[in-house]
Amino acid sequence: MGSCSSHAASIPDLDSIRRETGFSQASLVRLYHRFQALDKNQKGYLCRTDLQQIGALAVNPLGDRIIESFFPNGSYSVDFPGFVRVLAHFRPVDEYTGVRDPKEPEPLNSRMNKLRFAFQLYDQDRDGKISWHEMLQVLRLMVGVQVTDEQLENITDRTVQEADEDGDGAVSFLEFVKSLEKMNIEQKMSIRILK
Amino acid sequence: MEGGDLAVKILSTWLTLVLVLILLPSAFGVSLGISELYMKILVKTLEWATLRIEKGVQKESVLKNSASGGIIQRDESPMEKGLSGRDFELSDAFYFSKKGLEAIVEDEVTQRFSSEELVSWNLLTRTNVNFQYISLRLTMVWVLGVIVRYCVLLPLRVTLAFIGISLLVIGTTLVGQLPDNSLKTWLSELVHLTCCRICVRALSGTIHYHNKQYRPQKGGICVANHTSPIDVLILTTDGCYAMVGQVHGGLMGIIQRAMVKACPHVWFERSEMKDRHQVTKRLKEHIADKKKLPILIFPEGTCINNTSVMMFKKGSFEIGGTIYPVAIKYNPQFGDAFWNSSKYNMVSYLLRMMTSWAIVCDVWYMPPMIREEGEDAVQFANRVKSAIAIQGGLTELSWDGGLKRAKVKDTFKEEQQKNYSKMIVGNGSLNSQLD
Repeated sequence: MGSCSSHAASIPDLDSIRRETGFSQASLVRLYHRFQALDKNQKGYLCRTDLQQIGALAVNPLGDRIIESFFPNGSYSVDFPGFVRVLAHFRPVDEYTGVRDPKEPEPLNSRMNKLRFAFQLYDQDRDGKISWHEMLQVLRLMVGVQVTDEQLENITDRTVQEADEDGDGAVSFLEFVKSLEKMNIEQKMSIRILK
Repeated sequence: MEGGDLAVKILSTWLTLVLVLILLPSAFGVSLGISELYMKILVKTLEWATLRIEKGVQKESVLKNSASGGIIQRDESPMEKGLSGRDFELSDAFYFSKKGLEAIVEDEVTQRFSSEELVSWNLLTRTNVNFQYISLRLTMVWVLGVIVRYCVLLPLRVTLAFIGISLLVIGTTLVGQLPDNSLKTWLSELVHLTCCRICVRALSGTIHYHNKQYRPQKGGICVANHTSPIDVLILTTDGCYAMVGQVHGGLMGIIQRAMVKACPHVWFERSEMKDRHQVTKRLKEHIADKKKLPILIFPEGTCINNTSVMMFKKGSFEIGGTIYPVAIKYNPQFGDAFWNSSKYNMVSYLLRMMTSWAIVCDVWYMPPMIREEGEDAVQFANRVKSAIAIQGGLTELSWDGGLKRAKVKDTFKEEQQKNYSKMIVGNGSLNSQLD
């Protein structure tokens, strides 16, 4: 019977989550609803299998990597604050920028943080660089068995060469950011939650 | 001893009333109009309640969960527009990650395995998702509703259900003793129909049948969308079918064994179900005999929440024969018929059914369909599925209902990968040729 409740009062730590992620209260209530719907056994947290059950995610070529981003540091479960923290990266950028207080931490949905999220999809070993092999791996995920090794290696070579400035054969985070400076990241990596 | 006498008198009066007002009319398929009166009062009460809630809501801004609208703004443009379109770019991963996160926030399948949200409250605690305290009068009506449902309706319904099931078991066993002739068929139909009507009254069911001229004929296969085990009850009240299913233990097993004595249903052992050819063979034999009742099959394979129709498994459509599609749509305002088998077991589900206001549904019989030349089983299944979805006003999805329990097969990923590869390599090879 309690599972029907969706009032804001039932979400633990609502205020601190709101400050940290920037989501409105209404959006958080909707996301909490969704969290509960995905948590089929009402455990209070989500594990990898809960996310793997989502059909549209399972057919996504980068589905496994996306699921991994919810479980940093090798953990096996993600609670609601952790769930929302990842989703906050995709919150549309706030229109009214004004002067940001330098003491406050950068909002999770800033351009840099969106790029960091995308970077960690490539950089699996978290060494701060996308190596040639890591680039090849992501490409392989996205094309499956449709493309030959040779063609894929050529594409990887070209991509790494174009982005790599200091010639170390890998793409660091700053090089990644530089190569995407003209891209409208704010629009490509934003999901707007309707009221 | 006066207390004992009094109790016996009350009980016997009660039972006589039940017999006269409900059981006898069921046997003859006649209605006395009591349920109609109940429904009228119920509808008026709910309309009043809705108005009160709307008046109360205008003062505050309450989150209105629209059941059909999505919660995120979707960009449904195809992959070509979302990606840079020529060669692989670092940003291509963004497209897939955005799509992936959109799916995590909202996907069209997961929501089908939980009950539909109502637009306005129907005075049942279980659907009270967002509605706050509005007024004293509304709360009084709600309390009255609880008393009526739990203290008046529930005992009545449980009695009826008990009588209905016992009559079914006893009746079919008795009929089964007769030799196979037309009398036996007629009697078994009578027993089946009577008991089903009693069970439907046990749920306060109001069913509207449309297009009765297309009712499934002998030797055909009846196909319908699946929302709950009650679907079977609803269909068998208007006609006799041969059912297909696994042999269960317990009460279900007793009912199954009794039913098969009177009329040839097709029950499979669990081990037989795994052998698809065996199953198909038995079903083919059944429909080949034109005297046998039409088979009732639910091709989705699992219960869906009655807002959509999911993939129809092709097995039922490979048997051949004429398919009679039937669309069943419940009205969620009076009671939620969806069986969420991961949340409720059979007994708690039946209790929920018996403490709802009523079960109201529409059944549409549709013109028969047969597989056309050059159409394979999957295409035929999709054609039937579309027809049922349109008739019932349900959304059509091509996802497998089995996603409720199992993961998606890896083969489905290939489609997206193929599309992407065509884009980057198809163009890439062209570029290298120009070099």
